[in-house]
Amino acid sequence: MNAANYLYISALLFTIGAVGVVVRRNAIVVFMCIELMLNAANLSFVTFSRINGNLHGQVFAFFTMVVAACEVVVGLAIIVTIYRSRRSASVDVASLLKR
Amino acid sequence: MINLAIEVGQTQNPEAILFWVLGPLSVLAALGMLLVKKAVHSALLLAWVMITLAIFYIAQDAPFLGVVQVIVYTGAAMMLFLFILMLVGVDSSDSLTETIPGLRPIATAAALGFGGLMLALLSRATLGRYAIGLEGANADGNVQGLAHLLFSTYVLPFEVVSVLLITAALGAMVLAHHHRTTQRPTQRELSINRFRTGSLASAAGLAGPGVFARHNAVDVPALLPDGTPAPTSVNASLKARGDVIDSSNFQLDNVDTSAKEEK
Repeated sequence: MNAANYLYISALLFTIGAVGVVVRRNAIVVFMCIELMLNAANLSFVTFSRINGNLHGQVFAFFTMVVAACEVVVGLAIIVTIYRSRRSASVDVASLLKR
Repeated sequence: MINLAIEVGQTQNPEAILFWVLGPLSVLAALGMLLVKKAVHSALLLAWVMITLAIFYIAQDAPFLGVVQVIVYTGAAMMLFLFILMLVGVDSSDSLTETIPGLRPIATAAALGFGGLMLALLSRATLGRYAIGLEGANADGNVQGLAHLLFSTYVLPFEVVSVLLITAALGAMVLAHHHRTTQRPTQRELSINRFRTGSLASAAGLAGPGVFARHNAVDVPALLPDGTPAPTSVNASLKARGDVIDSSNFQLDNVDTSAKEEK
């Protein structure tokens, strides 16, 4: 069992998350894809922590989790605010600056 | 050449089985997240991906992070996502049509390129020494080791992160708080509006679902006297979800009268 296999999974999950951010139109789904990318990065941190034999990577994964929690709270509040004014959670609708 | 892909000592075979069962499942669930239409299904698939990651953390000598992952992500963050989905409307299912022409092929090509690059890079990377494993670092216990680092080397980032959490909580409250710009209409005003505007047909309120049909569930539209279904009698979010049943099956004309005659 190679520890590097976890890194491959992490790379795949990160790529899938990035595609989701570009392709999906629902703001909440886009947001969930960002969470997926953060999780993939966390998996890399934990794996490298194991490869290097110290806990610094795990501390950084912990910090990423806290930052992700903050991001979820603020991001969802923004989505709710946009939904209130535009009655839509689609990222294409909020294009006021373009017109 | 010493590859990154080094055997990290300790329980080899059980972990390999765990990995080869859960790894493909997590990637499939993540792919499903992209492909399913309804946002709720995406959320459930993401919750599954997060649970598999928690199991991976525990398998990799990070039990504290594994438990925190379940509590913070699968527990708190995903429930927040589902809560907001219910608030914003389950009807907000994505239209899977491309709004920007050619976006999807470009995104797929870029993803294949990026993913291929990452995988190739990882498979050729060298560490220059043997991987160690966490037996030494976890000798006093994983939580104790993390606490020691957090409150010595990383004490300043830890405090900064606590400030960030408070700021985020305040920011969410400010953003989500909402003032009424107009006065809430009183019952008297609502009543006057019902009679003065629109037709008198709806003055007594809209018809409830299932009226005059043989089925009074909330997802069956009421039948008008001429037998056509009344679209205003079912909840708008049920309609948007596509959960409305065609009420023409329940018309009185279609009742099997032979049963009555037997009586």
